[in-house]
Amino acid sequence: MSLERPLTEADFSPAPGSAAAEQLTRPSLSFWQDAWRRLKSNTRAIISLYLIIGLAFFTLAGPLLWTQDPAAQDLDQISQAPALPKTARLVADYQPFAAPIVADHPSEPEDYPDELAAVAELSVLGAATTQSVKLTWAPVDQAGGYSIYRSERKPEGLLGLGLPLETVNAGNIVGFEDRLNLKSQPYYYSIVPTDGFDEFDVVTTIKVEPEQSITISQAVLQGLATPDDLPGQVIPLAFHPFGTDYLGRDILARLMQGARVSLFIGVVAPLIYVLFGVFYGGFAGYLGGKIDQILMRFADFVVALPFLLFMILFKIAFGIGPGESGVMPMLVALILLLWPATARLVRGQVLKIREQGYIEAARLLGGGSSYLILRHIIPNTMGVILVTLTFAVPSAIFTEAFLSFIGMGVAPPTPSWGSMCNEGVKTMLSHPHELFFPALFISITVLAFNLLGDGLTEALDSKMRTRDQ
Amino acid sequence: MLLSGLPNFIESTMTLRLIFCLLLCATQSHAFADAVDAASATVKIAIAQEPPQLNSMKATDQVSIFVLGHVMEGLTRYDRRGNLAPGVAERWELEDQSATFWLRKDAKWSNGDPVTAHDFVFAWRNVVNPSTASEYAFILYPVKNAEAINQGELPISDLGITAIDDHTLSVVLERPTGYFINLTAFITTFPVQEKFYQSRRDSYAADAKDMIYNGAFTLTDWVHSASLNMRKNPMYWNADAIKLNAIDADYITADTRARLNLFIDGKIAYTQLDGETYKDALNNQFRIKKFVTGSVYFLEYNYRPNRLTRNQNLRKAIQAAFDPEEFVNKVLQTPGNLPGRSLFPTWVKGVNATFRQEFPATVNKPDLVRARALLEQAKAELNVENIPPLIMLVSDSPTSTKQAEYMQGMLKTRLGLDIKIDVQTFKQRLAKMTSGDFDIVGAGWGPDFDDIMTFGDLFASWNLNNRGRYNNPEYDRLVRVAMNSSDPTTRMTAMAGLQTILYDEAVLLPMYEQGVIYLQHPKLKGMRRTVLGSDPDFTYARIAP
Amino acid sequence: MLRYTLGRLLSGVITVWFIATATFLAMHAVPGDPLMNEKATTPEIRQNLAKKYGLDRPLPEQYVIFLSNMAQGDFGLSFTQQNRRVNDIIRDHFPVSAALGVLAIAFAAAGGILWGALTALYRNRLPDVIIMFLVILGISVPSFVFAALGQLALVNLNQWSGTSILPVAGWGTLSHMLVPSLVLGLGTMALLTRLMRSSMLEVVNEDYIKTAKAKGLSAPRIFFKHQLRNAILPVITVLGPQIAAITTGGFVVELVFAIPGLGRYFVQAVQQLDYTVIMGTTVFYGAFLVLMVIIVDIIYGFIDPRVRLK
Repeated sequence: MSLERPLTEADFSPAPGSAAAEQLTRPSLSFWQDAWRRLKSNTRAIISLYLIIGLAFFTLAGPLLWTQDPAAQDLDQISQAPALPKTARLVADYQPFAAPIVADHPSEPEDYPDELAAVAELSVLGAATTQSVKLTWAPVDQAGGYSIYRSERKPEGLLGLGLPLETVNAGNIVGFEDRLNLKSQPYYYSIVPTDGFDEFDVVTTIKVEPEQSITISQAVLQGLATPDDLPGQVIPLAFHPFGTDYLGRDILARLMQGARVSLFIGVVAPLIYVLFGVFYGGFAGYLGGKIDQILMRFADFVVALPFLLFMILFKIAFGIGPGESGVMPMLVALILLLWPATARLVRGQVLKIREQGYIEAARLLGGGSSYLILRHIIPNTMGVILVTLTFAVPSAIFTEAFLSFIGMGVAPPTPSWGSMCNEGVKTMLSHPHELFFPALFISITVLAFNLLGDGLTEALDSKMRTRDQ
Repeated sequence: MLLSGLPNFIESTMTLRLIFCLLLCATQSHAFADAVDAASATVKIAIAQEPPQLNSMKATDQVSIFVLGHVMEGLTRYDRRGNLAPGVAERWELEDQSATFWLRKDAKWSNGDPVTAHDFVFAWRNVVNPSTASEYAFILYPVKNAEAINQGELPISDLGITAIDDHTLSVVLERPTGYFINLTAFITTFPVQEKFYQSRRDSYAADAKDMIYNGAFTLTDWVHSASLNMRKNPMYWNADAIKLNAIDADYITADTRARLNLFIDGKIAYTQLDGETYKDALNNQFRIKKFVTGSVYFLEYNYRPNRLTRNQNLRKAIQAAFDPEEFVNKVLQTPGNLPGRSLFPTWVKGVNATFRQEFPATVNKPDLVRARALLEQAKAELNVENIPPLIMLVSDSPTSTKQAEYMQGMLKTRLGLDIKIDVQTFKQRLAKMTSGDFDIVGAGWGPDFDDIMTFGDLFASWNLNNRGRYNNPEYDRLVRVAMNSSDPTTRMTAMAGLQTILYDEAVLLPMYEQGVIYLQHPKLKGMRRTVLGSDPDFTYARIAP
Repeated sequence: MLRYTLGRLLSGVITVWFIATATFLAMHAVPGDPLMNEKATTPEIRQNLAKKYGLDRPLPEQYVIFLSNMAQGDFGLSFTQQNRRVNDIIRDHFPVSAALGVLAIAFAAAGGILWGALTALYRNRLPDVIIMFLVILGISVPSFVFAALGQLALVNLNQWSGTSILPVAGWGTLSHMLVPSLVLGLGTMALLTRLMRSSMLEVVNEDYIKTAKAKGLSAPRIFFKHQLRNAILPVITVLGPQIAAITTGGFVVELVFAIPGLGRYFVQAVQQLDYTVIMGTTVFYGAFLVLMVIIVDIIYGFIDPRVRLK
């Protein structure tokens, strides 16, 4: 570039001031406002925020809306899969059953028979209900007894006969009553004659579909009927939208109660130990020198304790008294073991920030200690702390679940998502809903906090900020 | 696009990994033999846990008893039908105050030495020696001076057992003990060779090479927590009757689902099922078998001073509210369990038939009206408005906590009684049971020997296993009558008296008599399930071709 | 360098002492009597046992005896397996846990680095979303659920194929280890994937990458030589503690897959209140963890020239 004209005095005078250039056209944003703006633009983080609010609502307000007692045992609906409301027929209270005996038939064979005929005239005695199914049959010549099997699907061959319910050791006893955890579904009962010792390879099978029923006294206890109600009436049973567990307890109600334990441990424990870690680490980092070294050396010791081993050890050292849930010992153990990680992190941040130029500048401008801490150090470490917190929540929930697996979790009857998961995993093939729901809730919680943590990292990280622009 | 070459690279490593895996699998697959093998007469099984110790003088747990029952043999043993049969002893004579055993000449240790009467003297003296600290020392208490020696009052040489010669053993008894011969089939009374024991001392039975065997099998390999291999013992006097060549416990896990998976996969020939796994077994179309284990489970009450559970009407109210049939059908959910009616299980022998056939237990009919009336009476007697919460101590196993949860819910809805469940790990529960820090405690009892007394003296005031300190002179008297008599009718009548006391005073709450369901490989024959001793017993098992 | 290592080792020894003391105190605070058993025994028998294990002495004396034995590398006899030494238990079973742990870490590291790099490459596009969803699944389902599912998958695989492709449980060959170690490494893999992803994203904006691009280096070369190599560094720092966490955290997998590892012994020991086994395993694991961290720090010094060990 070449100069076309000679320079004048005016070329060096300041340009006229313009108020417009100094005007803030966009609103001034504080650090937190900026972070919030950026968080809002992150869809995943916002979804996770809604999820967390939803979980809080589920935990706190849920029990007010769904008022079933999580401890109530509905023994007529054990391990019920999620379903629409059911009805049941009222039946009289149980009366002991005496199996019919054929008086003129020998109870033992005279000689060990080589072959036995299949059982004939197998039929159901009375009404088949979920309270009891009574079977009877004609005695088999030369039989010394009968084995009764029950299967949920049609038996093919001798192997698939199902559960061995009972072995009657007399050829003249020709009846049997089944009360074993009956559901209103088809059953195939098979009778195999024996010589008193061994079963023969002949089977007679009958299909029975018991009707859902409830005894009057049970219905009265559950508040579903009055003592004046008569047998034969059909009444609605308690409704369990998420199904029931192994003792017929409502899973939805238990999930809500369990949320209190799991989220309490998941949220309160990290909150306390992160807070303690912040003070401890901030104190050490701010003071520096000998005190810093001693404090951090102690933190190093605690960090070195093998976490799971000490978690177990502390858990049983604190013990659980009768009737206690054991949430508190778990909380204390978590706090005792996990505070140093945050402390170290915060101390590192404080040390770093202390050396930053803006702190120096603030100090030169006459900022006092408390001003520096409140205005600069804490806000600048806050990001790291928040992120730690969001990631600590899932790990605390997990620790609780793990302890439940080895039998050292919360004490029954208090449910937690972890213990429900552990119960559910045992029956995951036959009753998948008992595993699915608690696992789903753990997953949602962990997912929500993780996404929120990611969102916060991105929103609070100054490096990330430059990248987006 | 920053990198175009990367996906290809990843793809190729993935393929490599796949090929690697396939190669590996291909080379591995032949290494797995089936659960049973007829040609080599091998059976593969899984055991629930590692045997804590295989020292027959000190072992107490089920797994050790299982292994020892196969590799060692006592004076007597059980035959394939489960009857008492000659073992090391060819024959014996039992009198009121003494017993004599004539040992067979061809009984040998696996190192070739003969099994002699001295081996029994050494073992029995060691068992009652207080410095051995054997928990099962009481098994030998019928032997003269055993109890006094075990309590450090007499020297061990005073034990009433002598080796008359190498093959004749004479035992002096403390009192007439009709079931004494049964005791000699139990592991605690098994022989131990002094010479070998002294060569190992502290490490005796710590490993397969630190033991010698006189049973049908020998332990050839013991990889701790991983596997336990037993092979047919060629030195065994009755080796011809043993059809199996090898029992390989290749898996050690307490997880029933893992064991079921191993069974489905054809890796083991036998596994027990539980309420959680049986449905999966059904879906696989296996033939399920059932067996009554002979153990009874019950709730014990605390009778120490100032305990509410001392009140008989409170206990009777609980008894009247509890329905053992509902418990067995709805809570346990597996077939084979019998509703609890008595402290004495159904298999216990009476005079001629079983005890329960001769002396039927009172069947408790659940009756809510009566239960509530009894509870009101109890409140009046205890002078309280409401019964304060009762503490129910249970172990931390999933089954017992589940049962406690049922009891808690049941007593709350039916009687309005509050129960606080106290779940404790094994040792803490024992400490609380011993110190009496409970109102109700869940307990189970399995038989140690084949006589009604293994259950009968449980609630005697002197029995240390009577954790609730129940003390009834009449009960004690009846136990003594049965102990000091060898007449079956006298003994059983006394025991029937006990059964009545236990029910009338609701001393305990019987819950169930345990039954189990299990799967067995269809080619595995002759495996014997048994109430006493080594269960299951593979000694006379064989593999069908 | 040598001085640094020695200094770290010395502080390591003090840390192990701290762990031992903490364990000793916590263990003796557990209520219950380690010498009691299901069958009640007479006071005499209990006394004999107490004498055998030195439990009849006052607590401070027990502590001193324990420390001096520990210094000589002797943890004493187990309480439950009365004729086995704790040293033997550790010697027999730690290698099993360690082998499982190393393979799990290998899976986790390989998977984590690969998936992490992929997600960073395809940031906010479909592969990223899918992988991150799987990662979240990996860290949000408890390990015992995965263990059970893993075994079930094996059973079905074998049933479907009609042969034993992989063993369902047990121990002995490499094929026994594959699925258990995969299950064990899943959580760590998820963690490393996330770490790798954010670390890659950070590196991508560094000046040296721009320089490399400007120089005209080929894309794979930039990726491997500059981006991956620098992004891996933070991943390596967490490996040390993760190895220890994985080897101690293996008991779920050990139980489900019937693997004779040390983790099972620890859980059993706590339940049985087996003092010597509790002490032995905790102190051993503590020492192992401390050592791992030191080793990783030293290795890190070699890999990253920016870190100077002093």
